[in-house]
Amino acid sequence: MTNVKLMQGNEACTLGALTAGMDFYAGYPITPSTEVAEMCAVELPKTGGRFIQMEDEIGSIAAIIGAALTGRKAMTATSGPGFSLMQENIGYAALTEVPIVIINVQRVGPSTGMPTSPAQSDVMQARWGTHGDHPVVVLAPGNVKECFDLTIKAFNISEEYRVPVIVLTDEVIGHMREKVVLPDPASVKIVNRSKPETRTGYKPYEADPDGGVPLMASFGEGYRYHVTGLFHDETGFPSNKGENAAASIKRLMRKVEKAEPDIRDYFTENTDDCDVLVVAFGSSAMSSLSAVRQARAKGVKAGLFRPKTIWPFPETVLDELSKRVKRIIVAEMNMGQLVLEIQRIVACRAPVESLTKVNGELFRPEEVLEAIMGGKR
Amino acid sequence: MSESMKYFREQRLPHIWCPGCGHGTVTGALVRAIARLNLDRSNVVVVSGIGCSSRAPGYLDFDTLHTTHGRALAFATGVKHSRPNLKVIVMTGDGDCTAIGGNHFIHAARRNIDITTIVMNNNIYGMTSGQFSPMTPKGMIGTTAPYGNSERSFDLANLAIAAGATYVARATAYHATLLEDLIEKALLNKGFSVVEAVTQCPTYLGRRNKLGTAVDMLNWFKESAVNIKAAKAMAPEKLEGKFMIGELYNKPDSEFTADYDQLVAQLQRKFDNFQGGVRECAQNSD
Repeated sequence: MTNVKLMQGNEACTLGALTAGMDFYAGYPITPSTEVAEMCAVELPKTGGRFIQMEDEIGSIAAIIGAALTGRKAMTATSGPGFSLMQENIGYAALTEVPIVIINVQRVGPSTGMPTSPAQSDVMQARWGTHGDHPVVVLAPGNVKECFDLTIKAFNISEEYRVPVIVLTDEVIGHMREKVVLPDPASVKIVNRSKPETRTGYKPYEADPDGGVPLMASFGEGYRYHVTGLFHDETGFPSNKGENAAASIKRLMRKVEKAEPDIRDYFTENTDDCDVLVVAFGSSAMSSLSAVRQARAKGVKAGLFRPKTIWPFPETVLDELSKRVKRIIVAEMNMGQLVLEIQRIVACRAPVESLTKVNGELFRPEEVLEAIMGGKR
Repeated sequence: MSESMKYFREQRLPHIWCPGCGHGTVTGALVRAIARLNLDRSNVVVVSGIGCSSRAPGYLDFDTLHTTHGRALAFATGVKHSRPNLKVIVMTGDGDCTAIGGNHFIHAARRNIDITTIVMNNNIYGMTSGQFSPMTPKGMIGTTAPYGNSERSFDLANLAIAAGATYVARATAYHATLLEDLIEKALLNKGFSVVEAVTQCPTYLGRRNKLGTAVDMLNWFKESAVNIKAAKAMAPEKLEGKFMIGELYNKPDSEFTADYDQLVAQLQRKFDNFQGGVRECAQNSD
């Protein structure tokens, strides 16, 4: 019997997390992400998982890092203002290599902005919000089922590479209800962090300098090791040596760079022969897909490239596509953020146009269609 | 001392603290209290934030977590809530705990989560070389209070009691054996415990305020501190300018993780055959 359910994106993210083995949630209420916390509060205690509502988002991310160090799979969910508060500790998790997952259900900012309206304006913040060079992975579901799938994937990536992973949805994806065919949990691929086998000679940050991932012991297992947000050597203790810091930063960045071909995820439609390529992610891609199909019906060779991993961006795929297309349109609900990455990759081989919308409403398909038709209806 | 040395990472010594600093005395008192209780090294997690105090865990042979400024208690909450069997100790300073970390402090106290918090109060930001903190007495000089601190300071113990801590005590680096006794009792309390350890910072508080050497500062503690038991028999005018030391509050109450475990047990009986699932969610907008 298939397991078919009608659910919203926030529920699908939570269910995906539970399927991935999430057993610790800390969060603070914020629209439009709150349903994730509410559902975790209901479900986690039933199975012995741990739920806690913290005093703010800084405490929430701190608590999940502490939990992850004891061996838990830990998550938090938030939106704009809360995501801003979490930035410092995202950097902490990146440097200390603690696997955590953050769901950011985007709303219109800056500041309190429009709490109940969708936006995609945290694209750059998700990548660069914390100070310092750091690795991070950002996944962008384009529908409710993908909220389920990509949250599982987020846990798998965070466990395998010991990086913070951000699932970047938005108010529409989070609250939209769709039919979801849930897989048999036994068929879902679940990745767990690699742990050391022996306490003898364990060095908590010993790894191949070329993007290696150190083995992770859990607190309370007798390893008695040190974790610090200061630069540290392979023993985990602080080191002020410049060459050590440089090697650490390079290894951390290389971890994600090396992983990119394995974690790369995207959707394309009609890109084999297209002249006009629309690049869009999340809810903007829903309108864009409709627009591309309408353009085809009018005889215009349009195609859609929808990245699901937006950091690291599936660069080689877009690189290939950009050699064959005449125009590229980047549709996003912000003032033009992902377009900067697209322009970098395309490097003037095709004109890249930025189609933006920041009024808290989804693109209508005809708006994207108009851009595809070059202003002609 | 040999019994307690097993709790140190000897290869990490000597420590980074200035000559005359009281933080070593406080760390020693903590370790001796742990040794008295013969705690299993592998069952203790020590968490700290940022500042001079927060370097202490690096010298201790437990699982140790040196976190971000002010957030030690929030990280520690994650550790304790995950694994209630672990003994979780937070080492923090007056700035780390009561300024940037004030919110986490009052909420950890409110929850009465079983964490023992040692606040090494040297009344100054030492790591950044002497700015005033919320615990700097009014009138004292700091680099950011060059004409004397014009702000009122916290009474940390009263703050902790009001917020819901179930064990609160205070001692100083001069009263090292009392400090050790109080930390031992704090470790035994099943709930949120706070021990304020007043320590001397001769380098950045003492020098600028002409408080003399480390020994002079310790004598200042000796003369200003009154044990709460003795204070009860003293006339109010004799207590002017003094501060209380000793056990200030000890009233056990239900503990956060134990209550949560109880909830889990109840629910597991109710949902014995629970297979996971979803529910409809209310759409709120705040």
